[in-house]
Amino acid sequence: MSGFLLNRLSQSIVLLVIVSIIGFTVLNLMPGGPLAQFGLDPGMTQKDVERLAAQLGLNRPLWLQYLDWASRLIRGDWGHSFRDGSAVLSVIGRHLLATLLLMGTSTVLAIAAGTWIGIRGATHRYSLFDYCATVGAMVALSVPTFWFGLIGIYIFTLKLGWVPAGNMYTIGDGSVLDYLHHLILPSLVLSLVHVAIWSRYMRTATLDALSQDFVKTARAKGVSERRILLKHVVGNALLPMITLAGMQLPSVLTGALVTETVFTWPGMGRLFLDSLGYSDYPMVMGLLIFSAILVVLGNLIADIVIATVDPRIRLG
Amino acid sequence: MASGIQVASPVDVALSVRELTVSLPEGMERAYAVENISFDLKRGQILCIIGESGSGKSVTANAIMGLLPKAIRVSSGAIHLDGENMVGLSPDKLRSLRGRIVSMIFQDPLSALNPLMTVGAQIEEVMAAHDVGTPASRRSRAIDLLIEVGLPDPQLMYHQYPFRLSGGQRQRVMIAMALALEPAILIADEPTTALDVTTQAQILKLIRDIQRRKGMSVMFITHDFGVVAEIADYVVVMEKGHCVEQGSAEQVLKSPSHLYTRRLIAAVPHLTGKNRVPLEAGDPVAILKVECLAKTYRSGSALLRTQRIVPAVNGVSFDLTSGRTLGVVGESGSGKSSLGRLLIKLMECDSGSILFEGRDIAGLSEAEFRSLRPRIQMIFQDPFASLNPRSTVGHILTVGPVAHGVPYSEAAERARELLSHVGLDSGAFDRYPHEFSGGQRQRIGIARALMFKPKLLVADEAVSALDVSIQAQILRLLDQIQRETGVSMIFITHDLRVASQICDEIAVMHRGQIVERGPPSQIFLNPKSSYTRELVAAIPGEQPGSMPQDESHVGHNS
Repeated sequence: MSGFLLNRLSQSIVLLVIVSIIGFTVLNLMPGGPLAQFGLDPGMTQKDVERLAAQLGLNRPLWLQYLDWASRLIRGDWGHSFRDGSAVLSVIGRHLLATLLLMGTSTVLAIAAGTWIGIRGATHRYSLFDYCATVGAMVALSVPTFWFGLIGIYIFTLKLGWVPAGNMYTIGDGSVLDYLHHLILPSLVLSLVHVAIWSRYMRTATLDALSQDFVKTARAKGVSERRILLKHVVGNALLPMITLAGMQLPSVLTGALVTETVFTWPGMGRLFLDSLGYSDYPMVMGLLIFSAILVVLGNLIADIVIATVDPRIRLG
Repeated sequence: MASGIQVASPVDVALSVRELTVSLPEGMERAYAVENISFDLKRGQILCIIGESGSGKSVTANAIMGLLPKAIRVSSGAIHLDGENMVGLSPDKLRSLRGRIVSMIFQDPLSALNPLMTVGAQIEEVMAAHDVGTPASRRSRAIDLLIEVGLPDPQLMYHQYPFRLSGGQRQRVMIAMALALEPAILIADEPTTALDVTTQAQILKLIRDIQRRKGMSVMFITHDFGVVAEIADYVVVMEKGHCVEQGSAEQVLKSPSHLYTRRLIAAVPHLTGKNRVPLEAGDPVAILKVECLAKTYRSGSALLRTQRIVPAVNGVSFDLTSGRTLGVVGESGSGKSSLGRLLIKLMECDSGSILFEGRDIAGLSEAEFRSLRPRIQMIFQDPFASLNPRSTVGHILTVGPVAHGVPYSEAAERARELLSHVGLDSGAFDRYPHEFSGGQRQRIGIARALMFKPKLLVADEAVSALDVSIQAQILRLLDQIQRETGVSMIFITHDLRVASQICDEIAVMHRGQIVERGPPSQIFLNPKSSYTRELVAAIPGEQPGSMPQDESHVGHNS
């Protein structure tokens, strides 16, 4: 087990180095370069821009810039935003909480609902419920999220007035209830897509487990259908879902670009969009590395969880 | 026949099946899975139901257990257990019978146990499902059962997960589970088919012993007449959903009355101690000479000391002359398939040499070997998986030669010739593999291998997936082809009976090494190594006099 972990960890580090090199290179290939925003300012002359570039070390060869950036990164200095000079890490930290609240809620909702719908769809295959779930999932997957967001705002905010249209809290209020009130609509809209994906996978995994020989063995033993489902089917069906959950983890923390924009939610997704628009290279690189780390972590955690629950890997 | 059964007095009968008909959903190749079958399972007896694939024998077992899939249902007939008709019982009532009064074990012990539950928990589950005992009493009962089925170190075994157990051990766990509540009836659906021959012999003996000790009634489903000869008291023969013959084991085996039974028994390959009559054609030329061939599988990492080294093939040497067949026999894990893969260079060997027509091919790179590849061809085990379902038979046959520069028209002509040669009509050329039966597909596989006019054929378990009657046909075909073309053959199989039918010489493999090599007369009648003796003794149904010996064997002077 520890050997397995060591092995995965070393692989992950290599992966992160490769991702960061690619990200750094591609970002610098963008037309305009890092200081394009300053060039637009009529008060700045070409000379000023060059002086600024020299000050920031941007006139050095790219590989040297990369090494400098990477060595600072390892020491915990993720650089400063071009926009307002604040530390990249602290900006990420500020937005992370908002995203975590939104994505965490919607993911928990999605997994709970998706698991249930998937299992029920499999045990009642080709029933009315199963057909509705299938069609519902197709609709949720094919209609863009922003449309659901706008329709949600139209119905529940404009027509019914039940929930606010956006933002994370009302300025001046900020109580727990107020946060929850703001959370309802965006988290429901976001979870729609995830419920669709999760329920489809869960249905397939459950059908797969149901067709296994050990389920027939359990029936031959006289075990009740309810216990067969809980003890033999769901456990085995959830195994492949752990990997899927691991792959979802990064998106939980890097946020949803579209939904956060529609609901003016101050999360990581919007931070990324804004930073790109402003050519805020340190911020964009910081977010890139952050999500790369999350992807690696998500997979690693999934592997560890699988190894813990599956005796064939734990003891094998 | 069904109408001929005398109604036995209910006291002797544990289970009685009367005019059972199970219908299949529309659109299947026949309307009924089984039609109008009747038989009695007498108390304290072993009843064998024998039939080839598609005969409806498993459906019968599942119908009794109430375990048929929803789409397949009992349309008429009765199954009486202790005077109660099980057909039409409520699911709850059926559930309470299953595992308590009637238990079942299955063919594949690898998949029949839940991989996430310990052996102990799975045995206890039977008792818990029927509210028998307390957690403590169930635990001690589970350990007693593990002892009863002869598993080593039951305390440890109790906490073990199935993946740690061998196939035979898992089947013992299944039997322990089935015995937990001392059922009156045990239904065994091909319980030894997936096991090695020595393990099979042990499991058969265990079932026989337990049945005698407990006076249990056993319904044993099998396709193997050897197994029937070994354990059956009473035999029911099924063909395409009908019961064609039934009677005492002695009667059915020794003087079968129905034509189908006679054909089936005649097709069973027997161990023959007679040597094959060698080909007369020309002087034998050395085709293959293998010296000290070795291959070791490594997994894990040497650095982290998790490495596992398995010597799959370990210093194997043999030679083969033209027109002869060498049988390579052994149990699973003996390295026989690895050897086959090394010979056709699907895998690189670690050391040793393979002299093919005097040239060492062991060290050749793929590019260098490519021109020789047509001369060494393979016939695969699974006739379903080894043909591309989206290619026509014509394409499957011609694609290889065309890739080696043969004009298509020439290749197509040869393909049509070969198809009729292997016993298919030339219309097969334009059809797809799914339109053929297993035996026909294996004929296509053989035709494909012959397209190149090879010098050496490597057949890896080429008849293992086929029913015995088809098996006999394919063996005859291979024999005929060899006599016509003078091709040499390496015939890899786990089945010593099959090997004895077609091989001039047999090499017995055990743990990567050849433990004995010699003509069939030596291997089967006068084995030198103790392992060969053990292997030969384990073959079911081969005790003298237990089976009628058919004198006309494939390729033998008869």
